Parts: sequence; C-alpha cells; structure tokens
Amino acid sequence: MKKILMTGNEAIAEGALQAGCRFYAGYPITPQNELIAYMAKHMIESGGVFIQAESELAAINMVFGASAAGARAMTSSSSPGVSLKQEGISYMAGAELPGVIVNIMRAGPGLGNIWPAQTDYFQATRGGGNGEYRTIVLAPSSVNEAYNLMQDAFDLADRYRIPVILLGDGILGQMMEPVLVHSQNPATNGKINRLPVKEWALTGCKGRKPNLAASFRLAEGKLEEHNIHLQEKYKEIRDNQQDFEGLFLDDAQVILVAYGTMSRIAKGAMNKLREKGIKAGLLRPIALWPFPVNAFTKNLGPKTKYLVIEMSYGQMVEDVRLAVNGSSPVEFLGRSGGGVPAEEEIIKEVFALNEKNI
Amino acid sequence: MKKIFSRPESLRDVSTHYCPGCGHGIAHRLLAQAVDDLGIREKVIGVAPVGCAVVAYDYWNFDCCEAAHGRALAVATAIKRVRPANIVFTYQGDGDLAAIGTNETIHAANRGENLTVIFINNAVYGMTGGQMAPTTLLGQKTATSPRGRSADKEGYPLKISELLAQLPAVKYIERVSLHSPQEVLKAQKAIKQAFQNQIDNIGFSLVEILSPCPTYWEMPPNKAVEWVRDIMSKEFPLGRIK
Repeated sequence: MKKILMTGNEAIAEGALQAGCRFYAGYPITPQNELIAYMAKHMIESGGVFIQAESELAAINMVFGASAAGARAMTSSSSPGVSLKQEGISYMAGAELPGVIVNIMRAGPGLGNIWPAQTDYFQATRGGGNGEYRTIVLAPSSVNEAYNLMQDAFDLADRYRIPVILLGDGILGQMMEPVLVHSQNPATNGKINRLPVKEWALTGCKGRKPNLAASFRLAEGKLEEHNIHLQEKYKEIRDNQQDFEGLFLDDAQVILVAYGTMSRIAKGAMNKLREKGIKAGLLRPIALWPFPVNAFTKNLGPKTKYLVIEMSYGQMVEDVRLAVNGSSPVEFLGRSGGGVPAEEEIIKEVFALNEKNI
Repeated sequence: MKKIFSRPESLRDVSTHYCPGCGHGIAHRLLAQAVDDLGIREKVIGVAPVGCAVVAYDYWNFDCCEAAHGRALAVATAIKRVRPANIVFTYQGDGDLAAIGTNETIHAANRGENLTVIFINNAVYGMTGGQMAPTTLLGQKTATSPRGRSADKEGYPLKISELLAQLPAVKYIERVSLHSPQEVLKAQKAIKQAFQNQIDNIGFSLVEILSPCPTYWEMPPNKAVEWVRDIMSKEFPLGRIK
C-alpha cells in the first residue's frame, strides 16, 4: 500500500490496471483526457493493449471485440462521446459481453461545455442505446473511491456478463486527492488471478465447438427467449447489488440525497445543518443502477422528508420518488450547465422547506 | 481411391438463406477452403458483418464474432491485438466497408492491422432491399436511385480498394470476380494469399470480390454474371491493386 496524490482520471486508469484491465481504446475529450494519457503511458508496461481509436464508435466496438476475445476491456469518455458509444454498449448488452465504460460527465445538451454536470443519469441508468437493456452504474464520490470501484466494476462486469458504467463528473475527474494504491506493479498484483475462466470467449475452436459472440437473434421466438433471460439477470442484479452510504438516517428529519461530487457538498451542508440544530442525514447511492430502493423503504417516519440535490434539473429524483412511492415528501434542488449547488444553497433550501412545513 | 474434392471442414453442412445466383455462397466456400488448406480452422476468428452475410457464422465452422454495421474492422482490430496468435478476418459488404464503416476501414488499414479482409462488392444493398451502395455504378437503378445513379447528385462509384492502396501500411489488395470458373479459381488464390500474409505477419490484406446479386439487379443469374464480366469489371478492373 502506498499513498499517492492523483487526479480522479489517473486514479480510475490506475484502478483499472490494478483490476486486470488489459485493453483500453479511447478518443480524447475534455474533461477525461488525463485518463487516456495515463493508459497510453502505463498500459503497455502492464502487458496490455492501448489504442487511440479513430472515433468513439470505433473505441467502443474495439472494446466489444477485445471483450469477446476474453480480455478485461474498457473505454472512457465524456458525455457527447458517451452518446456515440451507445451503439456498442447496446450490442455488448445484447451479446452479454462484459466491459467497463467510464463517463466523466460534462454539461450538455449537445456540445454544451466542459464544466461538470450530472445530466447523463437517465442515459446511464435507463440503458442509453436502442433496445431494452440495463447497465450497472457506479458513482464514486472521491478519487480514492473511484480507484477502488474500478475493481468492483470489472468484477461485476465479468460476473454478470454486462457492461458496467463508472459515472463521474468533471470535478471528480480533474481534482487531486490522495489514493491508497495497492501495488506499483500491476503485473504482480494478486488480484488479477481472480479473473474468471471465460468459456464463451473467442479463442479459436481447438478442442471444442465454435463459439459465437452476437446480439442478433433472428429466428422466431429466439430474441424473446434471450430477452427474458436478460430480464432475469437484471432482477438478480437488482436483488443483490444495491449499494449506498447512509449518514444519520436513523434520526434524520430531512434526508439529503445526492451522489458523486454532489454528495460531498451535501455532506458539508448536512454537518452545518446539524450544528444549527436541524437533524439532517445523507443518503448517497453508490450504485445508481440498481438503484438502492431498499435504503428508502427502511427509514420512513411521519416527519421524514427527502431533499434530492443534483447537478441537473432533476433526474435521480425520479428514482427517489419511485422508491419513496408517495409515503414522504420528496423535494428537489438542482443546477446544470456548469452551475453546482453550493452548501449555502442547500442549507437555505432546507430552511425554506421547514418554514413551509413540508 | 483418393478423395480429391469434398466440403471443407470449415463449412457447415447446412443450406444457406442466400438467393439463387448470389455470390455469397461461393465466397463463403472459397474462404472455408482457404482456411482448411492453410490448416488454421482452430485458430481462426471470423468477424461477420451486418448485411446479407449477417449470419455467415451459421455457415462457417469456427469461432465468429458479430459486429455492428460498419464496425467489423474495429472489432477485428481488438480481437487480433488481444490474441495475436489467432487468425482474424472480416467479411464485409460494400455498404458496411465503404459507407457506414469507411472510417473504421481506413484507420484499420492505416494502422496496418495484421488482418485479412474479404470485401464483397455487389454494387447494391441486398439485405435491406436493393438500395444504392457506395459502389453502385453510374446509371444503375436501385430502390433509392430509381432514375439511375447520377454523378452530380450521388457521386461516383467509390473505389475503396484503390483508395486504400495509397496507404503505406496496406500490404496487399487484389480485386477478383466470381463471374466464371477461371475467375473463381483466381479468387480462391487471392483469399489464400490474404490469409497467408497474416500468418507471415505481413500486414493488412484485402481481397475485393465482385459478386452477382441477381435479385436486386433484377436479372436472371446467367445475365447477372455477364453483367459482372461486361459492365461491373470495367468500372472495377480486376487484378492486383497493391
């Protein structure tokens, strides 16, 4: 173990290498450029493949191919680039290929700007591409957590044969924080030995029947059969992979709900509110899909209310409302386009809600 | 008695969905024969396209991978880089390789990926119902060029093979045809060469195959092969390009 000061983007790349990622393809886009640069520098010494692709489309389809060939593979980008990757993500979901896609979100729509945002929540948690599918979505709130979640991301991807999205924002990608790094030499890291055997991978058909990696199911009934299988898999993930952090949920009368960078600011607001005598708590989803619905159904009291805070005009708040299902008030505070709700804005909003007796 | 001709092991004993007179069946067999002759069936990983050959993997008897429309060479690039000891090829139509996938094609070629590319040029989109392809000839009528392709509105037939030949990392390009037994034998030789190049680590090798599509050319099969011989091969001259 060694403590190193890194940007979020670099920590994600290092976390991926430590997790046994041996294929990276990407295309430059701000604010995730430190990630592709780190991979360019360190992937080859880890014995893996680095390709600067000609486009986001090519990059994700390279991940499709690398994954089909059995490698732990990933790509990274930021919002407009991730939109382009949706084609490949849908194909990977259909072909049940594991892989990790990092989205260091920036503000949109369109080219938007390069300021941080959380406006791709819907795209990440609802599938994003064509057809009906899900991806596991993990949302770190610190550089160290981003580093650690890369191991989980690859493990989950392989375990469920599913694309996993690591959803961060420009602040998380760019800021530097200390990271407890497991080892300086990924090649000797024992974790890689946990790689599962992939009997389905394309390796050449020596000694076995030919393997096929495909999402296409043309024969009558075959696609429906496959989709039922996918839905069963998604249910298993919903039942087993919910993940969240809760602070002061037992006595809280107002529960702040926020993820990623936004949860850091919400935590600061929570502490100040408690200093002022208001019983505030924090519920931070770590997995955005499956959404931690169980966290919401446990802590409902007659006086409990939720305030959802996002760097968007209201996306995760819909999942909170679905989880709460009308049994408590759910209020919302958000900004996007580069604006980030500040501690004082959150505190002011909580006071305003209390005055209105919501 | 010595058996001198049989179905290649790399070709499954099933009937295909291809139309009567279509060239895909011949091209599939030539590819399977080359794989058998080179003894690489257990090392081959094929990348099938979107288009008429979308289920080519139902006919070949080795590992195969799907690719989204146009992305075969991105998928194949990654497979080969991850598994350099395997033999990786793409099998793509004109729309796949020279329209929606032009970017992937040019950049895989420019990187000099050590891949074998089988490019089926039939001057039309078959799977979707006979629309204009990048390789559709001037004057050729299709579902989306009902008055015939015109140079001023739709541009000229795209000679992607000649274009790729300009790239320094491209090592071998040959255009062949399926319009006669002699030409089929030449096609067989070219396909084998393109695989041998990969085995020898020579680099990016592409075989363009002019292939009849009687259904969407609205011709009987015998007229379709004559059209390849007399018209199409004038626009797309046969032989070694690089």
